[in-house]
Amino acid sequence: MALEFERPILELEARIQELERTASEQGLDFSEEIELLKAKLDRLQREIFGNLTAWQRVQLARAPGRPTTLDVIEALFEEFAELRGDRAFADDAAIVGGVARFHGEEVVVVGHQKGRNTRENIARNFGMPHPEGYRKAMRLMDLADKTGRPFIAFVDTPGAYPGVSAEERGQAWVIARSIQRMSRLKVPAVVVILGEGGSGGALAIGVGNRVLIMENAWYSVISPESCAAILWRDAKEAERAAEALKLTARDLLRLGVVDRVVPGPKGGAHRNPEAACRELDRALVETLEDLKGLSPEAIWEDRYRRFRRLGVFEEV
Amino acid sequence: MALDRLFRRRRTRGQAREVPELWVRCAACEAQVYRKDLEQALWVCPECGYHHRISAERWVALLADEGSFEPTTGRVRPADPLGFVDTEPYPERLRRYQEKTGRPDAIHGGRATVGGVPTVLLVMDYAFAGGSMGSVVGEEITRGAELAAEENRALVIVAASGGARMQEGALSLMQMAKTTMALDRLFAKRLPYVSILTDPTTGGVTASFATLADVIFAEPGALVGFAGPRVIKQTIRQDLPEGFQRAEFLQKHGLIDAVVDRRQLKEQLVQTLSLLYPGEGHGA
Repeated sequence: MALEFERPILELEARIQELERTASEQGLDFSEEIELLKAKLDRLQREIFGNLTAWQRVQLARAPGRPTTLDVIEALFEEFAELRGDRAFADDAAIVGGVARFHGEEVVVVGHQKGRNTRENIARNFGMPHPEGYRKAMRLMDLADKTGRPFIAFVDTPGAYPGVSAEERGQAWVIARSIQRMSRLKVPAVVVILGEGGSGGALAIGVGNRVLIMENAWYSVISPESCAAILWRDAKEAERAAEALKLTARDLLRLGVVDRVVPGPKGGAHRNPEAACRELDRALVETLEDLKGLSPEAIWEDRYRRFRRLGVFEEV
Repeated sequence: MALDRLFRRRRTRGQAREVPELWVRCAACEAQVYRKDLEQALWVCPECGYHHRISAERWVALLADEGSFEPTTGRVRPADPLGFVDTEPYPERLRRYQEKTGRPDAIHGGRATVGGVPTVLLVMDYAFAGGSMGSVVGEEITRGAELAAEENRALVIVAASGGARMQEGALSLMQMAKTTMALDRLFAKRLPYVSILTDPTTGGVTASFATLADVIFAEPGALVGFAGPRVIKQTIRQDLPEGFQRAEFLQKHGLIDAVVDRRQLKEQLVQTLSLLYPGEGHGA
């Protein structure tokens, strides 16, 4: 499924492919034409992807094929043992986690999990956790502290699930607890915003010493659609809301909300997940290296200071 | 003659104006209540028990010991880090709220004693942008917790908020983490924190400091939750159960300690604080 704005690129790619097929089938030489079209494709790609609007980036962040938490774990980690359940109520498939090996080192990992198709998405509740999902995450934070292993969290959720069952079981209470538990970690915590960083449901596992964000991912206090529905009383104004919320990777870097933008492949991570994962691998190695050697107290203090300074106001 | 008539009419109008000031219509049951009676009942309707929303100043008067309050908030003013414009520019929206409430942002508070217990008392002001939390509210809550830790005071927060403030984007979201982390400063000194949830408290405020208190009280009928009822209804496309997300529902589901009538709140707060506050003779 193509996004509206990438259609011209896909059409051109299809034309090049067809020309190449015709050339090989009929033994004709179209190399000059193909070269011209490839140059045009390159220009077009640069033009479209060099001038992405915030709303287009939001669509890229949601695009099927973009690496999910389990895709990233599979690509980056040598080993992964999934651990399930919150030990209280249920196993929430919208959050996955476990112990893993990253470049030889044992780590504890957790992340929101979206489905890669409709059937999977229904099983994963579109990556929108219930309280038990956050309780599972907290249990894994306990494990990271106990074993002294770095904690890595992958954020990719439209938001925590807004439903009756979630409210009855204290969604807000659990998110608050999860923020608190994560802030108390005595081991290095690295957060990666993979796709969507939807509000409190994202922040619940977002309290890292360092917060990285993939190119074309978004992170915001509210989704553009909900913001538009409230402020403009029309969800169709999401495009304007996306612009106003300053939710893109570069904006967030400028505001100090994230510490590093992980560059993505030309055409978006959903067209080339392998390349996206390679860039992330490098960024993650460097970030964990930065945090090595800090004492548990220093790690905690580092995280406290990082969040303490966030906010913009005038002192009278 | 004409002049006389004008004066007479004015007098009549003046008297007519006084009548609605003497009597107030309850926002819930619509009973006509004598204003003095309502004030005496702390703006709880004597007929139906409905808890009317009261100003931050009245909250302070209600909870702080007489003459003990010393404001510490108000020295931090909001900015416009995003250059946010919706139907109007954010700075204009802020100016309107500042004129209406007489304060820089949606929070009011300071040092006080509550039943003799040294306290930092913070009250969120729903009249200011729906009590939404941006950088200023986040900073004031954080400083309040730090002040409490520094001066060995209990912390009491009266919450009322539609959640994190959209106009400051992800910076508002970050206040949830910042305020949560500040509460940990109280742990080292074993200082109690009591949260009072009032109607309504939702979103980022509920999902951070407001529900992390040692003791949580809620006013009768107060709506408290993560998502607002409208959003939930849109998501599940079903009617919500009776009393859903109301204080009584929260108590039943084990999420708060007690639903407390405003007329008993001070007494209950004093008892709680004096039982939790460390050391002896603190009331002296």
